[in-house]
Amino acid sequence: MELICPAGTPAALKTAIDAGADAIYCGFNDETNARNFPGLNFSRDELREAIALAHRRSVKVLVAINTFPRAGAVSLWHRAIDDAVAAKADALILADVGLLEYAARRHPGQRLHVSVQAAAANADAIAFYTETFGARRVVLPRVLSVAEIAGIVRETTCETEVFVFGGLCVMAEGRCSLSSYATGQSPNMQGVCSPASHVAYEQVDGRTKSSLGGFTINSFEIGEAAGYPTLCKGRFTTKHGTGYIFEDLVSLDAATLLARLRDAGVTALKIEGRQRGRAYVEGVVRHFRQALDALDSGLPIDAGQLVPFTEGQATTVGAYHKTWR
Amino acid sequence: MQLSLGPVLYNWAPERWRDFYFRIADEAPVNTVLIGEIVCSKRSPFIAPYLPAVIERLRTAGKQVLLGSLILTSLPRERRQMAELVDTAELLVEVNDLTCLKPLVGRPHAIGPFINIYNEASAAFHAQRGATRICLPPELPLSSIAAIAAALPNVLIDIFAFGRVPLAISARCYHARLHKLTKDNCQFVCEQDPDGLMLKTLDGAEFLTVNGVQTLSSTCANLLGDAEALREAGVGSFRLSPQDCDMVAVISIFRAVLDGREHVESGTRHLAQLYPDVPFSNGFLHGRAGFLSVAPDARSGQPHQFREPIKPHML
Repeated sequence: MELICPAGTPAALKTAIDAGADAIYCGFNDETNARNFPGLNFSRDELREAIALAHRRSVKVLVAINTFPRAGAVSLWHRAIDDAVAAKADALILADVGLLEYAARRHPGQRLHVSVQAAAANADAIAFYTETFGARRVVLPRVLSVAEIAGIVRETTCETEVFVFGGLCVMAEGRCSLSSYATGQSPNMQGVCSPASHVAYEQVDGRTKSSLGGFTINSFEIGEAAGYPTLCKGRFTTKHGTGYIFEDLVSLDAATLLARLRDAGVTALKIEGRQRGRAYVEGVVRHFRQALDALDSGLPIDAGQLVPFTEGQATTVGAYHKTWR
Repeated sequence: MQLSLGPVLYNWAPERWRDFYFRIADEAPVNTVLIGEIVCSKRSPFIAPYLPAVIERLRTAGKQVLLGSLILTSLPRERRQMAELVDTAELLVEVNDLTCLKPLVGRPHAIGPFINIYNEASAAFHAQRGATRICLPPELPLSSIAAIAAALPNVLIDIFAFGRVPLAISARCYHARLHKLTKDNCQFVCEQDPDGLMLKTLDGAEFLTVNGVQTLSSTCANLLGDAEALREAGVGSFRLSPQDCDMVAVISIFRAVLDGREHVESGTRHLAQLYPDVPFSNGFLHGRAGFLSVAPDARSGQPHQFREPIKPHML
């Protein structure tokens, strides 16, 4: 299985290569990609140089142009596609049907991957993307169990890529407007979720309160690590009580499932976190490289070492093993 | 400007569901009615026995009836359901997930608000494949709506104009999670909340509502005051989403205001009486946070001032 690693900066890209990535995914420093954070991502020159460097080391570069173009400004996204192709990207990761159509028409032969933001959650949806645009790979949404993934692989000729580590969307990706409801900015439109510009921390009654767009998302004891107020990982109240209604403050870690994912026929494993620093990239990529090497040699996988890199210092295997089904 | 009634998103008792549509057929001045269970496939068997009678009553009353597809399709059983929907439907299907698009290509169909259409190119993509009407995602600002409508003069553009706004869909059921049940053995606890389960922040501000696998806003979209701007932008239909209130009266108010028989202010007051204690919002349309209520300028359709923004602590 290929190991697909995140890079938010050229430095992180080098780090990921050194740590054992088979492929790196990254994006331009604008609203065309779903990690459009200040100070992050690649200029045109940086991307060209990064791809050249990666190719010298036999590592592939996949360019994410995976937001949905703003009406009246679609040409900005078309330019991103043209520039990524010119920079010799090994694949484009796209979500919008208009962009997929443009890329397939303008750059026939260019490898296209269907972004997780397209939320292709079953073999019929995947067939639509492969037959309409010639997409070669689909990044599966994080709503599927390993058994469901195995079923999809049996039914499709398209390669599959699944997330194995990092931030975890609990809602179907690319189909969530929670962030823009509270802040006016969404993953689909601006490439951000729960943006830092709308986050506030406040000391109230001996506790640290975190909020997003004026809505309280969580509250912590002073001294306790206050987690980032990602909207769907907050504590809220209903008539049934108070708690983490959608999901606890946890990250995905599927290291224990690598053998099952391989047996399911998955092509590639993806690590989330283009917004994370070099220490994260180095630690997580190296860990999964070792785990995959161990898997290939039939050796046991050393799991559970990545807790320091997780949100809330806790992990879950998410939907891969649906305890809640 | 036409009116369309969205599908009931909540788990209403089957008889209530049937009677709701019977009354819509008999009394509501609405052009198009969307029916079918689009949120949770586990609920579908309950309304299935009543579907033929509801369709018959609505069509006899002269309403155009559309069948909505599931928002999130993953199980084999759900895929079979969707294949049947597409195969057997003599009615127009509204596609809410690309799963069922392939067999519809080349046949007239509708695109629902859960398909990501953010620009004129993706809208044109669907129009070329047979989409005759598109209900755009509720997140879209007016400028995007106008650009899409201008590019597709032959497609009916429908805009989510009333109801709690659908914001997210998940494989996981939050009603089941809250009741400490598994999804497969959920006991259909979502039926306890026919208007959704209110979710508040830790300091008591209303924020979101939960409807099984779906998450909606706590506020109710109301685009009455934006109707003129939307009409000018080329919008052809307003989508009203059923809430636990007198929807025949809600539809009638929209009709009256759109026809110039009632002022926006008076219509809005009436809506607030019909659906009390639920603040209105239209922030998405103005490119702002979705929960906000922005006062539109009557002439230009541009926001000229903010009504006191609904701060969470004021709710």
